Amino acid sequence: MNGRNRLSAVTVSALVFGFAFLYLPILILVVFSFNESRLVTVWAGFSTKWYAAVFSNRQLLDAASVTIRVALVSATVATALGTLAGLALARFARFRGRTLFTGMVYAPLVMPEVITGLSLLLLFVALDWDRGYWTVTVAHATFTTAFVAVIVQSRLVGFDRSLEEAAMDLGATPLRTFFAVTLPLIAPALAAGWRLAFPLSLDDLVISSFASGPGATTLPMRIYSQVRLGVTPEINAVSTLLIAVVAVGAIAATLLQKRGVVRRARAEARQNGRENG
Amino acid sequence: MSREVLLSRETPRPRHDRLGLGRALAIAVPYLWLGLFFLAPFLIILKLSFAEVVLARPPYTPLVEWLDAAGQIAPRIRVNLGNYALLAGDDLYIRSLINSLRIAFVSTLIALAAGYPLAYAMARAPESWRTALVTLVILPFWTSFLIRVYAWIGILKDEGLLNALLLKLGLIAKPLVILNTDWAVHIGIVYSYLPFMVLPLYAALEKQDPALLEAASDLGAPPWKAFWTVTVPMSLPGIIAGSLLVFIPAVGEFVIPDLLGGSGTLMIGKTLWAEFFNNRDWPLASAIAVVLLIALVAPILWFQRQQAKSEGSAR
Repeated sequence: MNGRNRLSAVTVSALVFGFAFLYLPILILVVFSFNESRLVTVWAGFSTKWYAAVFSNRQLLDAASVTIRVALVSATVATALGTLAGLALARFARFRGRTLFTGMVYAPLVMPEVITGLSLLLLFVALDWDRGYWTVTVAHATFTTAFVAVIVQSRLVGFDRSLEEAAMDLGATPLRTFFAVTLPLIAPALAAGWRLAFPLSLDDLVISSFASGPGATTLPMRIYSQVRLGVTPEINAVSTLLIAVVAVGAIAATLLQKRGVVRRARAEARQNGRENG
Repeated sequence: MSREVLLSRETPRPRHDRLGLGRALAIAVPYLWLGLFFLAPFLIILKLSFAEVVLARPPYTPLVEWLDAAGQIAPRIRVNLGNYALLAGDDLYIRSLINSLRIAFVSTLIALAAGYPLAYAMARAPESWRTALVTLVILPFWTSFLIRVYAWIGILKDEGLLNALLLKLGLIAKPLVILNTDWAVHIGIVYSYLPFMVLPLYAALEKQDPALLEAASDLGAPPWKAFWTVTVPMSLPGIIAGSLLVFIPAVGEFVIPDLLGGSGTLMIGKTLWAEFFNNRDWPLASAIAVVLLIALVAPILWFQRQQAKSEGSAR
């Protein structure tokens, strides 16, 4: 059979159609944020006036600031919790209540958001907590922990434990071993987990709507209430800004990671050179 | 076998003992957090689904009353089955549950049909492209879900871009009504969850050795037959994982039916939201959540078993 690695016409068209479907709607949204006309479907010339409207919209800016503060804190908490949970799942094959633990870690991945949101709200009411910034943050940390745990766990499964054992044989305490050996080795998984938890929090509408209270309206909640009133280029402009922020973040993270890899490779090469020379 | 088992059992033992405190912390901290913020809330939902709605803060009756009318201590449990009776008796709730399952099922099939060729093409693309292609599939996740759903409103509207294009091409004489129908909800679900379908499929297809297909064709199987008897069965774990990852969240979806569906598009997540936010009937909303959860228990357990299996095979 020919062309095991050659591209057939079928392969190319599947790729083109698939990615066009995934990207065209976003592209159209971005293009129409620069539209002169109020209509989002008829092109009437280039304009940046909707961006000016966004930056003079106090409510949107406040909501954006709340959203970013929630996402920064909740992603950090979720990374800490998810790392511990991932460690527990990957390392400790047997402990009391492991089945329940596994269930609680995986279930949020597939739980309908309306249920998570409603249940958390009822908890906050039962505990008599005032709903606002902190309740949204706790809610986000809870549902994003699962994603971090899965990433950390999958990283630990392919982990060479002899390094840890060597450290402990040389007299390092388990705690020291964890911080000096384990943590640096799984750091890329932690970073990946944080980078997943952050946009998940940034993005969430349903759980925030349940967990939030007066004064803690997040950006998705604000966008949602505006969308319900009708489609306007201003929403396209906010959306484009959000996409740009996330895209810049993703690209920066990739570049940093690449630089880290290159630096590590160079250090290794130097070390090898020294050993051989 | 005995030697290997003995070795693997004996060497890690002392490490575990030395890890005592760290081990306890790694388990206890997430355990307590998830127990408090994930498990306990479900018990509260369950409890509340047996309560009655009242005009008060909070707007429901307590399940246990400690004092009687005269102020004497007399604990009494009041279980109200009225919410479940209402759900079972009112056509609206039954229809929205069945509708949710139907829409999620059809959308999952469409996502599978759309995702399989893409995943297959990705797995057959030159190796140097594959990382980039996977990144391209994941990238839309980083853009807001709400925004991606919103983007379709402008496309599917009666005077939207899709209709404008079709009219211009002369394919239709008058605009198609897509927005505010079940079709728009299907499109929205397939679009939003396609990466969930493609990634497990790709993972399953990428592992396959192309030599198997060559063997099949050498033995005289036409390409379609080789595909059906070799490729598809071997990618079954990916098909199951991808389908569950689309189906389960789609059943309880709120944003997509709310923004793209019409007032006639009944879905259980939307009904729950309306009972909670519009009617302020917290007990009934809780009962709906319980019913939705029961409907999803089987697929969620199936998903967990799949996860555990792949976790086991990765080891």
